[in-house]
Amino acid sequence: MATTATYNKEEIWDLLSEVKDPEIPVLSIIDLGIAREVTVSNGKVVVRITPTYSGCPAMKAIEQEIEKTLKVNGIQNFEVNKDFSETWTTDWMSDEAKKRLKEYGIAPPGKTEKDDDFLKNLKGSSRVIPCPYCDSTNTELQSEFGSTACKSQYYCHDCDEPFEHFKCI
Amino acid sequence: MSTATKSKELTKQEALFEYLVRLADDRLILGHRLSEWCGHGPILEEDIALANIALDYIGHAANLYEYAVEVEGEGRHRDDLVYFRNDVEYKNLKITELPRGDFGFTIARQFLFSSYSYYLYQLLSDVKDEQFRGMVEKHFKEVKYHLRHSREWVLRLGDGTEESHKRIQDAFNDIWTYIGELFHQDEVDEFLQDKNLAANTASFKSDWKDLVSDTLEEATLDVPDFDQFMVEGSRQGLHTEHLGHLLAEMQHLRRSYPDGNWQ
Repeated sequence: MATTATYNKEEIWDLLSEVKDPEIPVLSIIDLGIAREVTVSNGKVVVRITPTYSGCPAMKAIEQEIEKTLKVNGIQNFEVNKDFSETWTTDWMSDEAKKRLKEYGIAPPGKTEKDDDFLKNLKGSSRVIPCPYCDSTNTELQSEFGSTACKSQYYCHDCDEPFEHFKCI
Repeated sequence: MSTATKSKELTKQEALFEYLVRLADDRLILGHRLSEWCGHGPILEEDIALANIALDYIGHAANLYEYAVEVEGEGRHRDDLVYFRNDVEYKNLKITELPRGDFGFTIARQFLFSSYSYYLYQLLSDVKDEQFRGMVEKHFKEVKYHLRHSREWVLRLGDGTEESHKRIQDAFNDIWTYIGELFHQDEVDEFLQDKNLAANTASFKSDWKDLVSDTLEEATLDVPDFDQFMVEGSRQGLHTEHLGHLLAEMQHLRRSYPDGNWQ
């Protein structure tokens, strides 16, 4: 059986890329920016993660999946630390991950807005979310909240399809 | 840990614990109230929205309780605070415990509480405590969604049908007496404000009043009198009769089987 000592940091990152979001299986915890840091010292692996949404039920499943992945690869001496000092944002998602999200049928998040714009935009945001199927911008927000904490619901008036948008937060 | 009394010097640890628990209690109780809409929303999208917001609040409360017991350092679990405190030990604002009422009442409360939370979190984003600040920044992002959601519904119901207008106007009239204490400060707040660990809610009261008044006016609603009689005492553990019933439902299973677990 492999021991912890045989893994270096890069190899741990490779293992973590296999841990997918249970709700959106095209994205790994690295794509989502949940896994922040890996350290390997004195044979102990420490993975630091940042939670996404405060009440996201998938977070517990993700933590368990990380533990399972490390264990099945023979790593016994490890710790998964939840850390709030960095605030998770969809701006951490790579362009490659956004492309995969779109192919999966979910409109990817755009750039987050500055806080001072928030109250101004309260009376109607100018943000347009293109349809992930036909790229039309003739779309309409149906609800700010969707099937999971991270998604809102839109409707495309050109291809007449409802679609989900990964909120930018 | 009991509420700090004036006869005894507050320590930073006691004050921060108390402050975190107050914030958490507000969110847990309101989250529980909102969760009652699950399966009862007027339309599917709203059912989902209210359940999502309930989940956010319970998530916020879970983070805050977890940090509170860490600050306390007595080895308690966050669930001990949730399931094994009685109503007088809860410090949530009374506005959060009122029965969910009709959809108009729920939206009126959501709008008042979300707009209050928006300004509160804006100030808390500067607290000098890394873990606390990190949580606040995360919660703040979600609170913006809550505010946008409830504000749009206030407009739609106020400027909607005669029936919807009447219902949300009644809701604001009924709930108004509970908003005064959102801006009260006591020794816990003041002690922590000196150390940049708490927000002075009185400092944003006038901005908040403007946002609320503008929205109600845009919704063709009358703005009730901000100087009318206001109830108080929530932070000292004084509650309406509704909290006891809520806790009975929420705590009953855990108290009946204190060592039970899912495994």
